[in-house]
Amino acid sequence: MTIKGKAYIVGAYEHPLRKAPDHSVAQLHAEVAKGAIEDAGLSRDDIDGFFCAGDAPGANAWSLANYLNLNRLRHVDSTDMGGCSYLIHVAHAAEAIAAGKCNVALVTLAGRPSSEGMSGTMVRVRGVNLPDAPFEMPYNPVTVNLYAMAAMRHMHEFGTTSEQLAWVKVAASHHAQHNPHALLRDVVTVEDVLASPMISDPLHRLDSCVVTDGGGAIIIARPEIARTLNRPRVRLLGCGESTKHQAGGRLDLSYTAAAWTGPRAFEEAGVTPADIQYASIYDSFTITVLLQLEDLGFCAKGQGGRFVADGNLISGVGKLPFNTDGGGLCNNHPANRGGMTKILEAVRQLRGEAHPRVQVPGCSLALATGIGGLIGHRHGSATVILERE
Amino acid sequence: MPTFTAERKLFDTALNPGDAPYFDAAAQGRLLVKRCKACGEVHHYPRALCPFCWSSEVEWMDTRGTGTIYTYSVTRRGAGAPYCIAYVTLDEGPVLMTNIVGTDLDAVRIGQRVQVTFQTTEGGTAVPMFTPVTQGSAP
Repeated sequence: MTIKGKAYIVGAYEHPLRKAPDHSVAQLHAEVAKGAIEDAGLSRDDIDGFFCAGDAPGANAWSLANYLNLNRLRHVDSTDMGGCSYLIHVAHAAEAIAAGKCNVALVTLAGRPSSEGMSGTMVRVRGVNLPDAPFEMPYNPVTVNLYAMAAMRHMHEFGTTSEQLAWVKVAASHHAQHNPHALLRDVVTVEDVLASPMISDPLHRLDSCVVTDGGGAIIIARPEIARTLNRPRVRLLGCGESTKHQAGGRLDLSYTAAAWTGPRAFEEAGVTPADIQYASIYDSFTITVLLQLEDLGFCAKGQGGRFVADGNLISGVGKLPFNTDGGGLCNNHPANRGGMTKILEAVRQLRGEAHPRVQVPGCSLALATGIGGLIGHRHGSATVILERE
Repeated sequence: MPTFTAERKLFDTALNPGDAPYFDAAAQGRLLVKRCKACGEVHHYPRALCPFCWSSEVEWMDTRGTGTIYTYSVTRRGAGAPYCIAYVTLDEGPVLMTNIVGTDLDAVRIGQRVQVTFQTTEGGTAVPMFTPVTQGSAP
């Protein structure tokens, strides 16, 4: 069975706030759920599938289903794969719809790490009974150094430079200047990135995504429902999901699990990287983008640095417009999870509703891909391919 | 020229059942890995089942305590900074997460030969870290 053409993204909403000290996390989830269902032109009682992840209070669906007072649920999925969970939810919702388990699925993401004072240099205890923790936690693995080690290895193996990584941020900033909600709207240069404080070699502050409060939500529906709605139709063509880890000690940080999810998504969709007109690429750090571009086949392994240089990711300038909302690097990375905003901007592009200065003309085929967890030890990946019908 | 700050407090986590021999050996200055008696493969971190063939016939094995830096990063912000996190490829094969200590952190390089040394967490657990054996690096 394939999910190709079995489901549509019919509603999408991004919370306008980037700092929400007076909002509860449940309230943020509710506000984005309301925004997405209104965008779709559906009502709360149409929702019979609910998807959320580890950012949901309690890390399961109960508290939010209760808060939202969802009373008609037939399908519930709280799969958590960190920041790419919401891309996986798109795939799972399509599977559930194709199997007749639900008709209208709500996916929500929200959090307030900015107000809670979180940063990428903090040690986070990620659970109890973790088999790896005693062999890792004494060494201070934190978000930024677990990506920095992959960047350092990429530089060693392929000659990638800090200047090339900086181009990813430069491109994101060119897009963010047009987004009135973006946290960082100033255009930056390669020199600005290199002059920003070194956080963990070789990643500077401006190689790192923002920390923001807020969230987003999408509505996924079966084709018969999508055709009754008064919105441009965004059809799901293909998905891939996987996870990658240390392989018993045979560690290889030169690629991510997108090397597996990309080909599966392209195969299901029946398209190739060369067909993609717009790409939302998870950008927790600049190196995250570089690795995924290679792994998805937009360029050969090791050529990511050359590919992103000289504005190749800037809409209207380069060959592959990416993250035209400003991405996690400049716009928004709510709950420290960037997968939802990746879907949202892909939907805007396919609807023709991106900012006119960054809209890809006639955009009819888009990709959204994400990484959850930490590429330095364990992570998930998901890739989704969407088309304008 | 940053060097490892001796004041950095090493994070303690609760050991799981089966982990004690590794840390008991570390307290004696020995670095252990696990080897599978069924398939012969060596793995890390140590498990009760071989991650390659799922046999439960796994045994502790002494290492020479030497290896090569696979990758590293000097973290310059946040609690305990600066410190150098790294992955070291042991001469016995597996890669393990560690810290590089006892050296100028700006001189750490991929391919550098390193040897084990031990430091103690706040809770009194000995953990293996690595320090360069010689200057220079390999590809």
